[in-house]
Amino acid sequence: MEMIRGYPDYMRESIEKVEKTRPQRLKATFKAMTLEEREQILNEYHPDYKPEAKRDLKIGPSKGQRLPHEVADLLEAHPLIDPDDVDLSRVDYDCDILIIGGGGAGTVAALWAHYSGVPVDRMLMTTKLRHGDSNSMMAQGGIQAADRPEDSPPRHYLDAIGGGHFTNKPELVKALTMDAPAIIQWHEELGVMYDKDDKGVMMELSGGGTSRKRMHSARDYTGMEIMRAIRDEARNIEVPVLEFCPAVELLKDDQGRVAGAVLFNMETDQYYVVRAKAVIMATGGFGRLHIQGFATTNHYGATADGLVMAYHVGANLIDLDSVQYHPTGAAYPEQIVGLLVTEKVRGLGAQPVNKNGELFVFPLEPRDVESANFIRECYGRDNGIITPTGMKGVWLDSPMIDDLKGEGTIRKNLAAMVRMFERFGIDMTKDPILVFPTLHYQNGGVEINDKAETSVPGLFAGGEVEGGVHGKNRLMGNSLLDYNVFGRRAGINAAEYVKKVTPGKLSLDHARKYEEALKNAGVETDRKAPMLLPDYRGNHVLSRALDIF
Amino acid sequence: MTEDIKTRMIKVYIMGREYEVPEGLTIMKAMEYAGYRFIRGAGCRAGFCGACGTIFRKKDEYKFRTALACQTPAEDGMYLTELPFVPANKAEYELEELTSEPSIIVSLYPEIARCVSCNTCTKACPQDLQVMDYIQASLRGDINQAAELSFDCLQCGLCAARCPADIVHYHVGQLARRVYGKYVLPRSQHLKERNDEIKAGAFDQEMEKLTAMGLEQLKKLYTERDIEK
Repeated sequence: MEMIRGYPDYMRESIEKVEKTRPQRLKATFKAMTLEEREQILNEYHPDYKPEAKRDLKIGPSKGQRLPHEVADLLEAHPLIDPDDVDLSRVDYDCDILIIGGGGAGTVAALWAHYSGVPVDRMLMTTKLRHGDSNSMMAQGGIQAADRPEDSPPRHYLDAIGGGHFTNKPELVKALTMDAPAIIQWHEELGVMYDKDDKGVMMELSGGGTSRKRMHSARDYTGMEIMRAIRDEARNIEVPVLEFCPAVELLKDDQGRVAGAVLFNMETDQYYVVRAKAVIMATGGFGRLHIQGFATTNHYGATADGLVMAYHVGANLIDLDSVQYHPTGAAYPEQIVGLLVTEKVRGLGAQPVNKNGELFVFPLEPRDVESANFIRECYGRDNGIITPTGMKGVWLDSPMIDDLKGEGTIRKNLAAMVRMFERFGIDMTKDPILVFPTLHYQNGGVEINDKAETSVPGLFAGGEVEGGVHGKNRLMGNSLLDYNVFGRRAGINAAEYVKKVTPGKLSLDHARKYEEALKNAGVETDRKAPMLLPDYRGNHVLSRALDIF
Repeated sequence: MTEDIKTRMIKVYIMGREYEVPEGLTIMKAMEYAGYRFIRGAGCRAGFCGACGTIFRKKDEYKFRTALACQTPAEDGMYLTELPFVPANKAEYELEELTSEPSIIVSLYPEIARCVSCNTCTKACPQDLQVMDYIQASLRGDINQAAELSFDCLQCGLCAARCPADIVHYHVGQLARRVYGKYVLPRSQHLKERNDEIKAGAFDQEMEKLTAMGLEQLKKLYTERDIEK
């Protein structure tokens, strides 16, 4: 197999066809699908619509909800710790607000709790990896906010709820869209370097399913630019953070309120008992569960720990049957399979084309519809390109961006993408890149209201762990917005809540009851949850591993 | 998954110990294949977080190289280790009390004056940034350039770990960007106006209507909305 500028020769033949059709495609458009057409292709080709990939949950307050097997497996699992092994009489940390998760939502919650009067020495943030290690750091394309004169929050509302198949909770979409411009202004105050012209006009782009250009970005490091600014701010005000120290179970008090957590130091195996008047769950999503075997764009710690802990204390779940597959995950080369190719590439004008160089879909459908179209092109119509390792994908014709918007646009606006492919010998300013849907986002989660309260007193949630905001499908640019809006609301409302609360006696009885419920439902398993981290060790090692140290 | 692929095996030396791994894996995946389960040293796994800063030496070379373990293929004969932590000092400040005057960065990070222009930081950067240039720009008080040149920084800390003058480049860049974003970049007027409208209740009525609207009417409104080209 001869390699030519990063691609094997047989893939080059298909690239030549893409180049041949490019001049006429520069002016071409493709008709967007109607609601009926959307529904039909989703039913036929979207992984979420396969009934055999899910089952009804057997226990708990959301019993009967249909969930992906990988999620149900974690909820129908024994609590990771045995309550009898934990001494709750010794409290290691006593605080007003415990924030579980050190990504975007947790950091925003800490800042807004502080602005709302909670002193930093009355808070504790605890996180499984490092402060900032999160999907928030990885988001590339942008954040939505309806701040141009030709746009409005109600229009943003309509786009979001239509994109979510009208299943979103209205109060949450209202909060999301009405708070959005204030969030961007707060970021400006914090020094976030949004892309603007020299007069301060935001340079905004379209995203899949948006009817106005409202995607604010900071090159293609938008998530990183926001996350590192808010983290810097949290460090300046000295928010206490425990790293590599995940929560493994929540604590309740004798009045049934969430009142702390048991933490686990992954490097020393020691546990800590935290008593808190309120807990903010900000643990992110479930990408690392590799639902239906999909590769994922998600960070190493995205293992749904917060869902599991919240469910153990009785919180309702919502829309968890719905998984977002991002249409453009890298499909080649093998080393980066599944990593995100930002939607901004299509936002800037790149078209998806098949092996014959044909445009086959409107480039900016909502993500689920776009993904289903890619899967049909590869597996329904056999128009995909097969990689040397047997994976199929479609081309994303990136070089046309410079043709449309001027030489240098790609390097300036998509520096992270250019760098990622360049590291593996591919120049996306000259050649198209191969993409296929990849597991990207947990659309649903722990149900909240517009105060970011869960159904359990004392437990708040913000960011990807919570659900209801996006219904059955999230639009691009609404996840960075979500963690800001609901992280903020969680911080503010928790700060208000803790004024009136004195925690009672701490207890892990809910974990004991969970065991009973498993038994009563006839669940026989050796699974334990939360998972904490995935295990990617080679099978040749695991098959001969001894657990003796 | 990687074990299904029939590829040539290569030898790598993880912290000095020899392991056989399939060719074509990243350094991170090669370490996992060999049996390492990361607690530190793995974050986003996609080149955005800087958790997996790595020091390595190639076969028959004396030179120390640096990279991100998740973005670099393992090669035959490579000696490697990950860097779990960089004990770098970060200045604490209240952004509200700062200004964009030229001396602002050097006042918070006086050690940048110790830069000997050796360019080791630039060579260490896995993002191929012009690190020394942004330190020199910071020293000159050119905040714009310091912010622009450091923008793609992942804060892995490899620059600081290699610097003979103990400069913490990645924190310096962070300060430059926040000062630039807050005090130099023009504020968005349309954003401010929109927030004033929202505060004045300009969208409340329309929003009330939408949140109370029946499904059929909402669908109709959605389908008929015009799309900006």
